[in-house]
Amino acid sequence: MLDRIGNTPLLRIERVGQEFPNVEFCAKAEWFNPGGSVKDRPALSMIQAGLASGALQRGKTIIDATSGNTGIAYAMIGAALGFPVQLCLPDSASHERKRILAALGAELVITAGDEGTDGAIRKVHEIVEQSPEKYFYPDQYSNPANWQSHYRTTANEIWQQTSSRITHFVAALGTSGTFVGTTRRLKDLNPAIRCVSLQPDASFHGLEGWKHMPTAIRPAIYDDALADENLEVSTEDAYQLVKRLAREEGLLVSPSAAAALLGCFKVAAGIPKTGHAVIVTVFADSASKYLNERFWDEE
Amino acid sequence: MPVKVMIPSPLRPYAGKRDSAEFNARTVGEALGHLTTEFGDLRKHLFTEDGKLRSFVNVYVNDEDIRYLAKENTPTKDGDTISIIPSIAGGVPTMELAS
Repeated sequence: MLDRIGNTPLLRIERVGQEFPNVEFCAKAEWFNPGGSVKDRPALSMIQAGLASGALQRGKTIIDATSGNTGIAYAMIGAALGFPVQLCLPDSASHERKRILAALGAELVITAGDEGTDGAIRKVHEIVEQSPEKYFYPDQYSNPANWQSHYRTTANEIWQQTSSRITHFVAALGTSGTFVGTTRRLKDLNPAIRCVSLQPDASFHGLEGWKHMPTAIRPAIYDDALADENLEVSTEDAYQLVKRLAREEGLLVSPSAAAALLGCFKVAAGIPKTGHAVIVTVFADSASKYLNERFWDEE
Repeated sequence: MPVKVMIPSPLRPYAGKRDSAEFNARTVGEALGHLTTEFGDLRKHLFTEDGKLRSFVNVYVNDEDIRYLAKENTPTKDGDTISIIPSIAGGVPTMELAS
């Protein structure tokens, strides 16, 4: 089953970007990964690196603070490889998420909701400090195996799937692993490829996995010299595009995926009408975990 | 009748770095109104230009989502706690953790 991680389809977005007839928009459909998101790639890579270095051995428990897609990936891969998984997550995480993680056999340590992810990370540090010999803590914000997974896989897939025609790569910053790893490899393959990173337009936003760098802790693996440009995207604009992608393309994607495409449109707006571009982005996951959100019912 | 409004980390820079504030309020809407009057910079983060709660902003009274109660008209009583939580499950660590 873990062999099925990666090699996701590259989808051509046909209709919603029609106002840019000179631009081809393509997106990696990352929900085709067995755990349902792009996070299968770094999670597997960090676990494999841990096994290779000896940091992860039989008898140890994989521990991290995440209630998002990385947690689901750890829980799935841990179950498949026979390692126990312990996840610290804030009480504010949705009931549905807790059910998915628990169904995959992960042990959940619930921390105070109002302390958010910070509280969950503090809890992981506390648990690991008490008995470091019992745990493997991948720490996706600092682990180079995170970005290396995209360097080895995502970028090369994009290069092959576009027959090396890609002109622009656009991706959001969260841990920054997707952007950093894919950009480094694409620039090796063709330094002329323009790489644009995306952020939410405010510290308080609804784009899962995205980081507003000015107000967040800068991940150790982030390299701010890599991006040719950095653009901002609004949550509400992404919600509108989620609905259009569903109704006009038949693509039921997450708000963060739609936000990535919005970033592509912003890039396309700066391309001369006489030019041609192939803009590629990453659709991190599908809408399946976000169907309970209010925006579906709002105008 | 004071109710306590918990201010999530990403919003604290717009609320004088406070993590909570107390107001006399009979409904959730009233409490959030007082909050955004006292801290004007918070308004655009919580409400749209026409005064509706932004789509990704979830509000809880104690542990109940006001969407399944009476929304902004949900009554509050002495000692209630109102939480404001963006609908992102994964989340990212904030500057506060570093400090």
